[in-house]
Amino acid sequence: MNTSARTPLRELKMVDIVKRFPGVLANDGVNFDVRAGEVHALLGENGAGKSTLMRQLYGLYKPDSGQIIIDGQPRVFQSPADAIHAGVGMIHQHFMLVSSLTVAENVALGLASTRGPRLDLDRVAERIRGLAERYGLKVDPSAVVWQLSVGEQQRVEILKALYRGASLLVLDEPTAVLTPQEAQELFVTLRQMADDGHALIFISHKLHEVLALSHRVTVLRDGRLVGTYPTAEMTRADLARLMVGREVLLQYDRPPAQPGETRLQIDGLWAIGDRGVDAVRDFSLTVRAGEVVGLAGVSGNGQRELAEVLTGLRQPSRGKVTLNGRDVTHASPAERIAAGQCAIPEERMRTGVIKDFSVLENAILCDHSHRPFSRNTVLNFGEIAAHTRRLIADYAVKTPTAETPIKNLSGGNIQKLILARELCRKPTVIIAAQPTRGVDIGASEYIHHRLLEQRAAGTATLLISEDLDEIRALSDRIAVIFEGRLMGVVDAATATAESLGLMMAGTRQTE
Amino acid sequence: MSELFTLPVLLGILYSGIRLATPYLYAAIGETFAQRSGVYNLGVEGIMLMGAYTAFYVASISGDLWLGLGAAAGVGAMLGLLMAFVSVTLRAEQGISGIGLHLFGLGLSTLLFKTTLGGVTSISGFQPVRIPFLADIPLLGDALFNHNLLVYVAFLLVPVANWVINDTTLGLKIRAVGQNPAAADSLGVSVGKIRYLTVTVGGVFAGIAGASLSIALINLFQENMTNGQGFIAVALVYFGGWRPWGVLGGAMLFSLVNALQLWIQVAGIELESDIAVMLPYLLTIVALAVAVRRAQQPAALSKPFERGEA
Ligand SMILES: Nc1ncnc2c1ncn2[C@@H]1O[C@H](COP(=O)(O)OP(=O)(O)OP(=O)(O)O)[C@@H](O)[C@H]1O
Ligand SMILES: [Mg+2]
Repeated sequence: MNTSARTPLRELKMVDIVKRFPGVLANDGVNFDVRAGEVHALLGENGAGKSTLMRQLYGLYKPDSGQIIIDGQPRVFQSPADAIHAGVGMIHQHFMLVSSLTVAENVALGLASTRGPRLDLDRVAERIRGLAERYGLKVDPSAVVWQLSVGEQQRVEILKALYRGASLLVLDEPTAVLTPQEAQELFVTLRQMADDGHALIFISHKLHEVLALSHRVTVLRDGRLVGTYPTAEMTRADLARLMVGREVLLQYDRPPAQPGETRLQIDGLWAIGDRGVDAVRDFSLTVRAGEVVGLAGVSGNGQRELAEVLTGLRQPSRGKVTLNGRDVTHASPAERIAAGQCAIPEERMRTGVIKDFSVLENAILCDHSHRPFSRNTVLNFGEIAAHTRRLIADYAVKTPTAETPIKNLSGGNIQKLILARELCRKPTVIIAAQPTRGVDIGASEYIHHRLLEQRAAGTATLLISEDLDEIRALSDRIAVIFEGRLMGVVDAATATAESLGLMMAGTRQTE
Repeated sequence: MSELFTLPVLLGILYSGIRLATPYLYAAIGETFAQRSGVYNLGVEGIMLMGAYTAFYVASISGDLWLGLGAAAGVGAMLGLLMAFVSVTLRAEQGISGIGLHLFGLGLSTLLFKTTLGGVTSISGFQPVRIPFLADIPLLGDALFNHNLLVYVAFLLVPVANWVINDTTLGLKIRAVGQNPAAADSLGVSVGKIRYLTVTVGGVFAGIAGASLSIALINLFQENMTNGQGFIAVALVYFGGWRPWGVLGGAMLFSLVNALQLWIQVAGIELESDIAVMLPYLLTIVALAVAVRRAQQPAALSKPFERGEA
């Protein structure tokens, strides 16, 4: 197998890379380079072409024109196998693991065995333990992947690349799915790898991470290179401006809340999670008209299950939910929608859109059976197209056409479309779960403004987020959840990061 | 009724059950490979028919059973390749292309049979081989160890297939490609190559399954002689939870009930013969409904793969 005996690459250059998709110029003459021992951050708005650039580096797409040069030698990657052979590893935005296989099997997949045709999983496990030790990537080689947490799965991805002797590692938004603690652990690993002479490419929408981790930063905008800069000379505001092309404030003027009547009331709610244990325990909370209540917590503490119960996707085992005065504890999603609630789901690709449907069809998912979009079950495509074009324009959704399959849009643009679809129905209650996860700062700011507009219009909003900055920027009151229980509700104006942090770690609010 | 089930009768049923299971084992083990890699080949029946015809024809004109068997395997490989081309390279809907393959095999074998042989003739097929010592075991010896070679090989195939799937690097690739082709692809495993390989191997085994009927068990060829066995084989893969040992269990259960049913007819017991014939099929449907829920279906089964769709 002999993967580690290869000489590590010292410098990789991508020269004048052009990549076109139907209707989109995803990369337009991009130049990029990375050296051994450095962390090079790649920044850009949703759809700027970051993932596309990296997928060419990994042999998943072929550039329309341009060159990849490793240590002075031009290379052509026909497939990931070629890239792996050249020492390139990639951690994808969506993990590439076979969930029914063990960690060791995932690592050994596609490699020759030391025992000829027979698998040598015991030896693989041994080497995994060695690598795990060196880079602080704790994971059990015999565990089956679907049982692992997201953070652990990511470690498996990194181990896969290291095991193959990767000397260049591309990480596409590795922290989007991690808790802050897990992200810190990842940074320790990445620094160790850079110190060992690995070259790392790091994509993130979180500017503070880019500033803390990288040596150089390259910014893309609309498929074009804006520039490459030493990170030490940049500030957060500089980066935001380069990315978006204008000033981004990420601070909002919010007039004081004038909460009206109770819109959403949760009383003593219990729900069982996927693994058969209680995920939400005796949870109570009220959200009133004209206010934003933020629900903060480290991921995996019952937020997802709570959101599912509130949107009718999961049955509660006990407790009561009241929406606009009506008992909706066991109501279906359709009944809740009819009662004026809308939801921005956490897993947008799974529960927010139908990925093979066009933008247009996704835009009317909930309303297709009403006038004017259909009449006596016959769809009226003229109306639907006009409506979709309005949404696309109002919410600045970047898409080649309204007929494009939604899966070809970047994450941020899919999120904007969901938001457009939900908010145009003039909801009285919004359940927003991680509304800006994986969304660039420009689009985040935009989404935040829209949510605050709803607040001004008197809508009751429950904002579920793991991003404490987002919670604090938007909320009037902040509730904290830990192991499915409410730790307390505090006034956003007086809450400190320390007190919230304590509650998120399981200390009950003291008054 | 208990006096009807004497020991010799039970042993006789076991003996026929083992014989009857043979074509199912070849076809279903082959299909297991294809499905574990994510390809659903519903054309097994058509390949079996072509295998049965080819083996019979080649063996009759050459007088060489092995040549007939080899020819059946070769034709199976060709049809497997055809299925792989249509479902992997052309990314056709697999259920539909399988039905097409079935009809193709049915039509072509009938046509060739009529033009080359005309009427039903028989052949002297593979003869039973008594395994020394083992066949002398009291009671069970004769029922288990006095079969023709193709029967023994079919049963040996089960542990071999199990070993290949679970303990080899190739098997790991097959499982990964069937569960998450994008992940396998990102590690440089060629999804297309693996699927071509498993579907072709599946075709070879389906061809041999047909040959086992025409030159080892029934020793004649008739129009549509497989009579749905290829479809039962596909069902057995589901029944066995995509595991060779499970497939063996399903094939044996099904064949034993079939042998029992045949014996009931022969013994002239009061039971409408149509109902008796239905018995094994009814059992399959019930067993499928009960058993498959728990089984681990390959997540990418029957989904064509295209790079860059993550
Ligand atoms: N397979 C594809 N087919 C068609 N268009 C695509 C495809 N992949 C990406 N695109 C388009 O190419 C552009 C660049 O997308 P890319 O995924 O590289 O953006 P990104 O910078 O990674 O964004 P994000 O931050 O949201 O991940 C987008 O406009 C996207 O819609
Ligand atoms: Mg991306």
